[in-house]
Amino acid sequence: MRYILALAISMFAFAVAAQDWEDRQVFNQGASNSPLRIISSTDTDLFAPILQSFVARNPSISIEYLVTGTADIDRRFRANPEAFDIAISSAMDLQLKLANDGFARSLQEVSHPAWAQWRQSLFAFTSEPAAIVINKAAFAGHPIPKSRQDLIEALRARPDVFRDRVGTYDVRQSGLGYLFATQDARASETFWRLMEVMGSLNVRLYCCSGDMIDDLTDGTIAVAYNVLGSYAAARVESQSALEIVLPSDFPTTMMRTAFVSEETTKPEVAETFIQHLVAQQSNTNGEKQLLPSLDVPGNGRERATIALEPALMTFLDRLKRTKFLAEWEDALIQE
Amino acid sequence: MTDRPNVSGSLRNRLALTLIGGAALLAILLFFAVRNYAVQVAQQGQDNILVASVTSMLDAAAIRDGTVEVDIPYAAFSMLTTSADDRVFYSVFQDGNLLSGYGDLSLANDTFGGNKTFQTNKVRGATVRQISASRTLIGANKRTEIQIALAQTQDALSETLDQISRNAALLGIGFFALTAALSFWATSSTMGQLNKLTTSVTRRGPQDLSPFKKPVPREMAPLVNSLNSLMGRLDHSLGQSEDFIAEAAHRVRTPLATVRSYAEATLQRVDKEENREAMRSMVRAIDESSRAAGQLLDHAMITFRADHLEREEIDLVELVRDLVLRLTPIAEMKDLTLAVYGDEQVRYAGDPILIQSAVRNLVDNAMKYGPADSEIDISVTANPRPEIKVCDNGPGFPTQEIDTLATRFKRGKNAEDTIGSGLGLTIVQDVATAHGGSIKLTNQREGGACVTFSL
Ligand SMILES: Nc1ncnc2c1ncn2[C@@H]1O[C@H](COP(=O)(O)OP(=O)(O)O)[C@@H](O)[C@H]1O
Repeated sequence: MRYILALAISMFAFAVAAQDWEDRQVFNQGASNSPLRIISSTDTDLFAPILQSFVARNPSISIEYLVTGTADIDRRFRANPEAFDIAISSAMDLQLKLANDGFARSLQEVSHPAWAQWRQSLFAFTSEPAAIVINKAAFAGHPIPKSRQDLIEALRARPDVFRDRVGTYDVRQSGLGYLFATQDARASETFWRLMEVMGSLNVRLYCCSGDMIDDLTDGTIAVAYNVLGSYAAARVESQSALEIVLPSDFPTTMMRTAFVSEETTKPEVAETFIQHLVAQQSNTNGEKQLLPSLDVPGNGRERATIALEPALMTFLDRLKRTKFLAEWEDALIQE
Repeated sequence: MTDRPNVSGSLRNRLALTLIGGAALLAILLFFAVRNYAVQVAQQGQDNILVASVTSMLDAAAIRDGTVEVDIPYAAFSMLTTSADDRVFYSVFQDGNLLSGYGDLSLANDTFGGNKTFQTNKVRGATVRQISASRTLIGANKRTEIQIALAQTQDALSETLDQISRNAALLGIGFFALTAALSFWATSSTMGQLNKLTTSVTRRGPQDLSPFKKPVPREMAPLVNSLNSLMGRLDHSLGQSEDFIAEAAHRVRTPLATVRSYAEATLQRVDKEENREAMRSMVRAIDESSRAAGQLLDHAMITFRADHLEREEIDLVELVRDLVLRLTPIAEMKDLTLAVYGDEQVRYAGDPILIQSAVRNLVDNAMKYGPADSEIDISVTANPRPEIKVCDNGPGFPTQEIDTLATRFKRGKNAEDTIGSGLGLTIVQDVATAHGGSIKLTNQREGGACVTFSL
């Protein structure tokens, strides 16, 4: 009986594993028959320290960590909410909508400031600004642009250098890219002008930060707009070649969020994990962290952190999204 | 001695119960009134925001190039942010067909022509407040109706309501406690008036039948009135009987005195020894009768005078000496000596006539019960209280009866051979009481009765 059950579970795991993931790793393998399943948009190497410290403290729990894009998380989760215990994503809007639609479980034992959680079910655990990342070689002898306006001018000044060598998210595919773009558009008209300039330079569009940073590092592109600085900073080999600029006009800051599935079969374990995650990310003087910790807003320079509020659902509206994408394509894709 | 009154129910309890019951009722009414009002206000607040939000969404609807666009403003959902992070659901329809939003949120039935409908609904297991509103768009060659349903959960609202309910409950409890305390106070202060009257009735001296003069609340005036009239009648009839006794005693005494003088005169003329003896007993009987009549008269007088005591400064020693002087002839007939001891002077403010009659009765008794050829000691002392003590060498008081001898017409066992009325000690006691004092009957160890009359 037990054997059959184990077989069934492993078959099920295999079936899920058969779907293609960017990455799939099991931590503390063999500790339990049914691992805690986390679907996440965060690269495994960035997240591994948190997972390892968790299984170190809870040796009886094993974790299956599945990585995919933000939009894909939303899609897969809505299709199979019972298949995952925890969802972690940088696309705050999609996460909030999942919570609003009733996919997230309310956790009473997690204490988190009001601005960093929503309905006691969606918990933010990082503060990450969107950055302009620059390959220093392309700007040798020229000032590094400090704001979007600077960037527009720099791109316009040397179109031959930058043609085919600027990159940004393809907001049609990337949930995070869409979040950054819509928040930028909401904040200033400069965004649209920048998009037009980038469009005229035959912009390269990426699904994910990783590819974009790869291309930046090897010089395929010279400038990437709205990349997560944390990803670039995490690449040791890129440190010398790249410069991360937080636009001085209005930096858009995203918070990575996590929630426990309403249909999880392991609510206690999942809640313990969220507690662990939140605690790890809140004490900044602990072990060396790869993921940026959660900044308390209002200390030092003011960062425009995207608020966790129902307004995030505005740009997810079908009509609104269609309209936004049309405008975006108009600006960026000039055949 | 007194009959227990037939008690049924308690005014205090009835009053307190009515007041407290009323207070509880009012407190409950207050609680529900405040809560209901708060519910209305809070719901109104949420409704207003829903209206503003849905209006801004409808305003963003337009026909462009023949197709309908609804460019939902960021603020439309932003204004729905609440402290409890309420969930938001919306759906946009064009002429009844879903354009975007939540397909499971349906419109209210009559959403057309620009009207707004509120309803409380259930969406995805959550209770929501829903507004359905519409707007007619007129394009180049078509007319179309945009309808929006917007719903929000009520977590923040119920948090607010919980808090208001708690506060309203506190208010109600506070109100109740205050009113209950007030009711207790009101009840006891009302009952206090009754108690005051009761104590002033109880505290009265046995002879005091004067009307109550102290102010009382209007409601108690009839009671006091009838009490006063009852006492008036009582006083009147008592007075009448005292008068009757006094009158009767007086009427008896005068003819007795006449009879006595005739008897005296006859005694002088009678020679035969047995006749003389009969005459003498006759005179003695007449004396006793007139003495009794005198005592009755005294008693009636004391009852009368005790009510309106006329105090004046007197010297008790002088008073006693005067009296002794007057009684000496009678004492000598029995070979008795009256000796006065004690202080030189004892000043006291009292009614001299009453005190005199009291002391006379004491000395009378001592002479009556004391053996012939003995001494009667009268001591007058000032400290600690003014005190007159009369002691004889007679047989003393019968010990079993010593406590009751001072009651009216009560005579001791030892008095069977003696003529008397049983009023003597009563008079002494009444006088002492009228002056705020008392008497004490004791027997001396070496024989003889002692009466201490202290003022
Ligand atoms: N000096 C006394 N010695 C003994 N007995 C006394 C004396 N004075 C009073 N008594 C007792 O007290 C009773 C009441 O006395 P009193 O009131 O004066 O009435 P009475 O007219 O009988 O003397 C008497 O009947 C007697 O028994």
